[in-house]
Amino acid sequence: MALLEVSDLKVSFVTRMGTNRAVDGISFTVDTGKITAIIGESGSGKSVACYSLLGLIPQPPGSIDGGTALFNGKDLLKASEAQLREIRGRDIAMIFQDPMTCLNPYMTVGKQLVEPLCFHKQVSKEQAKQRALELLEEVGIREPESTFDCFPHQFSGGMRQRVMIAMALINEPKLLIADEPTTALDVTIQAQILKLIGELQSKRDIGVIFISHDLAVVADIADQIVVMQEGKIVEGGDSEHIFHHAEHPYTQKLLSAIPADSKAPMPGKQEPLVQVSDLCTWFSDTKTREPVKAVNGVSFDINRGEVLGLVGESGSGKSTIGRSILRLVPVTSGEVSFDGTQVTALEGRVLKDMRRRMQIIFQDPFASLNPRMTVYDTLAEPLLLHGLENRKSVAAGVLKLMDDVGLARSFVRKYPHEFSGGQRQRIAIGRALATRPEFIVADEPVSALDVTIQAQILELMKNLTSQLGTALMIITHNFGIIARYADRLNVMYAGKIRESGNAEQVYLRPRHPYTVGLLNSVPRLDRPATERLDPIEGEIPDPGNLPSGCAFKPRCRWATVECELTEPVLEQVEGRQMVACFESKSVSDSVGIVLQ
Amino acid sequence: MWRFVSYRLLQAIPVILVVITATFFLVRMAPGGPFDGEKAVMPEVKAALEAQYRLDLPVSQQYLSYLGDLARGDFGPSFKYPGRSVNELIAAGLPVTAELGLYALLVALVIGGLAGVIASLKPNTAQDYLPMSAAMIGICMPSFLLGPMLLLVFGIYLDWLPVSGWGDTPGDKILPAITLGSSYAAYIARLSRAGMLEVMSQDYIRTARAKGLPEWQVVTRHALRGGMIPVVAFLGPAFAGLLSGSFVVETIFQIPGLGRFYVQAAFNRDYTMILGTTVFLSTLIVLFNLLSDILAAWMNPRLRAQFGDN
Amino acid sequence: MATQTITDITEAEQGTSLWRDAWLRLRKNRLAVFGLTVLVVFIFIALITPWIAPYSYETQNLDLGATGPSAEHWLGTDIFGRDLMTQIMYGGRISLMVGFVATAVALVIGIAWGAIAGYVGGRVDAVMMRFVDILYALPFMIFIVLLMVVFGRNILLLFLAIGAVEWLTMARIMRSQVQALRQQEFVEAAISLGLPPATIIRRHLIPNALGPIIVYTTLTIPGVMLFEAFLSFLGLGIQPPQTSWGLLISYGAETMEEFPWLLIFPGLALTLTLFSLNFLGDGLRDALDVRSSKD
Repeated sequence: MALLEVSDLKVSFVTRMGTNRAVDGISFTVDTGKITAIIGESGSGKSVACYSLLGLIPQPPGSIDGGTALFNGKDLLKASEAQLREIRGRDIAMIFQDPMTCLNPYMTVGKQLVEPLCFHKQVSKEQAKQRALELLEEVGIREPESTFDCFPHQFSGGMRQRVMIAMALINEPKLLIADEPTTALDVTIQAQILKLIGELQSKRDIGVIFISHDLAVVADIADQIVVMQEGKIVEGGDSEHIFHHAEHPYTQKLLSAIPADSKAPMPGKQEPLVQVSDLCTWFSDTKTREPVKAVNGVSFDINRGEVLGLVGESGSGKSTIGRSILRLVPVTSGEVSFDGTQVTALEGRVLKDMRRRMQIIFQDPFASLNPRMTVYDTLAEPLLLHGLENRKSVAAGVLKLMDDVGLARSFVRKYPHEFSGGQRQRIAIGRALATRPEFIVADEPVSALDVTIQAQILELMKNLTSQLGTALMIITHNFGIIARYADRLNVMYAGKIRESGNAEQVYLRPRHPYTVGLLNSVPRLDRPATERLDPIEGEIPDPGNLPSGCAFKPRCRWATVECELTEPVLEQVEGRQMVACFESKSVSDSVGIVLQ
Repeated sequence: MWRFVSYRLLQAIPVILVVITATFFLVRMAPGGPFDGEKAVMPEVKAALEAQYRLDLPVSQQYLSYLGDLARGDFGPSFKYPGRSVNELIAAGLPVTAELGLYALLVALVIGGLAGVIASLKPNTAQDYLPMSAAMIGICMPSFLLGPMLLLVFGIYLDWLPVSGWGDTPGDKILPAITLGSSYAAYIARLSRAGMLEVMSQDYIRTARAKGLPEWQVVTRHALRGGMIPVVAFLGPAFAGLLSGSFVVETIFQIPGLGRFYVQAAFNRDYTMILGTTVFLSTLIVLFNLLSDILAAWMNPRLRAQFGDN
Repeated sequence: MATQTITDITEAEQGTSLWRDAWLRLRKNRLAVFGLTVLVVFIFIALITPWIAPYSYETQNLDLGATGPSAEHWLGTDIFGRDLMTQIMYGGRISLMVGFVATAVALVIGIAWGAIAGYVGGRVDAVMMRFVDILYALPFMIFIVLLMVVFGRNILLLFLAIGAVEWLTMARIMRSQVQALRQQEFVEAAISLGLPPATIIRRHLIPNALGPIIVYTTLTIPGVMLFEAFLSFLGLGIQPPQTSWGLLISYGAETMEEFPWLLIFPGLALTLTLFSLNFLGDGLRDALDVRSSKD
């Protein structure tokens, strides 16, 4: 039975540059008891479409130009503001992408939670609180009573999102609109929330619209899928059809971005270029004065010309390692050597020469370019600084770099804000390559980019570095993508490496409980359709407050008493795979059975 | 919470000490003493007066004995009004100035706050431009200009309100309060507008709307809490400004308050009066700043937690 | 998509820098343009006053006394028969000069202080900013009044005194700007390229920190001018034979019942200038604040 029937919806915005037809005539339905996913990249109009259903887009400059949206027989688009207000929060509820900014930081969780209930229905404060506590427990919050009186900033992202879900469901709405609810969360937490949404939905038999830019994320929970591009629907159908028989080229492009296999291992030359031993980088928390152990005893090598993937979630220390190696943050203890020379103690001229040989590419392409320098300025700077070109030849050098990274030469005098995200990242890559470095650290190089662009940029990086023989260390939280491009993988958790080995081995035969959990949380297509997500329980530890023994123990299914008392160390197991776990044998046995 | 308060209080003490010391020595350095005044005084009489007021002692000793007096709460005798102590004079002028300041602050908060909030709800429309232009006038027209102008219009041409005095004729407190409060009303209007605009563009406002709340509830229940923080933080500096602004307003409207005494004392080189009033006013300002900082920090739960309210 | 390949940089189309973008946005703000125009006109008049003033500064005409606006005296005369317009023009020179010079003093000290504290960080920063905090807590109005009384009405001292108060906020702003910028990835990139600190500060930090500094400077000048006027009004600022708008206003207030124009015209001049500076400052803030096209 159709809960929501949208026909020919048209929404536009008036901007400085003219009228933008954000939603250009789309039609879809949502059935009771089913999850409909709307997939599209930024600018596709997916969010605008759903916000306009509830009248949540600002009407100047936006305007609803046409179409109908029948909900329970009533056309939402023609409803008055008063009627819409009745529906919002009571019959149709929304949850949003970033739970940090979507909860009022100045109000307690409890107060915000009971608000929709008290407003729409006449209940007493005690009854409302009771109901709220029930819901908090239902969404998996362990201490509902104390949570009720706390403020949002005291919780992690995952918990805040659970609160938002509770807040949305408190009036038992018939339709839930979820706008990218897991995009801002770590992979393992994302898996938890996805599972939660799936369970709550089937328990209440409500309809759900799940908006996302990532087709893989909805693979396990969507019944219907609608793919949008530039305001129009390019393909729609039930998920079985979309995932296996997609027809539209855009859909196919989105599908190809999903990891379905990993590549064959490179017959690696084992020539270490960068050697990290026992690296510790600790910060001191300005408020509590406790040490924040971001990197807590890490040792590994990076070989010449290889691509090493460093995988982890927030708090794992992966970004800090990259910055530590490049001397962008001070190292607390341990050593880093580059081509035989100790990097940690260098100064002055020698340090400058060393810097020429190691470069970095950052996550946010906008923040990593000086907004007041043109492409020419940005690319010429390293060339001139290290004497690779002189005043006369530098222009030609710059143009050649632009060719290498695939940027049209005519853009050379433009400023960063005049480019798209992908183009800016190309400029950043050009800058990193300018000095022909032997080693490049790429810190989440594609996380800020659209899914279809991600593959392009990673391909570009891979090709360029293999041409030059440059070693590449890619830091990422996206296990799926990296397995395709890396030769070897290091998996980090709470400041230490937990597992290390050839990419294919780690991906197909993980031996550490965390790696197993991470892989289970990554939305994949090669998993049998009947097997639902199996998320790891619990929260990611705070590097300022680590548990004793193995830091993963509180969340581990295989944990024993020993795990709490002593810390496991990285040990070689099979081939060149290394694991830090006492139970790795039983882990890999049970995993091996499942993955056969 | 108390750690924060006591920490700040401790910080305030050296500040006050610096104020006292600096003022003391500054005043002493001025050319001309309190008795090099209008009438020619015979040397012996002058010497006797100076001995009486301990001006013949070395400066450092004067300083120490002054500190001693202060510790006892004694600001010393006035040089210019023999027989009256500074304490008395302060006690006489303070209530007047305090009342004026309070009314002005009320004017500033209520009018400014309302104007700013209203303007922020419909930015770049008439609802925004009108109050904000009025606010601009308040900022650009200093009190010593606005006061006389208001006097001219309402006191003389229209003859609606009295032109001087305080508490003598009904309604004589209106013009001074408005004059003093208007530029602060203007600043508060701008601050509250900026604060509200910032808050209204936050995601959690959209969440509140998505819950079905009517717009006025969205504003009062959700937006005001965060939007008003900059105003609260401004209260400290506003108080300091009001106090100094009272100098001018009291002069224009002939109000017998502390500000006017201060100006007169400055001209008359009445050492103890200058010192006493400076120290007293400065201490008040420092304390008020502390209060407004604490209040602003308290309003922000993230900062509140810092002080162990978990 | 560009199909031709260029070989010379100059063949490429010049991009629109953020400054240019801001200027275009500023131009659209009519109030800001109005403010800028008025300001430029006033400054120009102030500069060439000695050559264009209709009367000499000291010329008195005691027989004439105070008269309202007339053909010979466009804005009237004061009680000594001196032409009011001339007075306002000369007073403007002083008022504007105090405003700009004192602000310049504050700017130089504040920027240097804040940039160093922000870039070096650590102990140095803590000490430098603690100094600023203590000074900030002192009730300056009162002190300045005191200073002026004690040391007499020296114009140089006036500049220094006012500048000494305003530099504190300037330092705070510069420091927070530099701190924020230092965290930005393009600064990290510059460090990782191997650039020396001086170059980083010059090429990467300062151009990006200028925005709020410019805005704040434009908004400080009116504050300074107001302060000077306030002091002059109390009799503690500019002294005759020099004049300033504050002084003119205080004279005008004394005789406002009989000769209202003596209050109104100088008041208008001051208010108009303050309006212009504030509109310009607001316009600059709006124009520079939005990071254009961060999609």
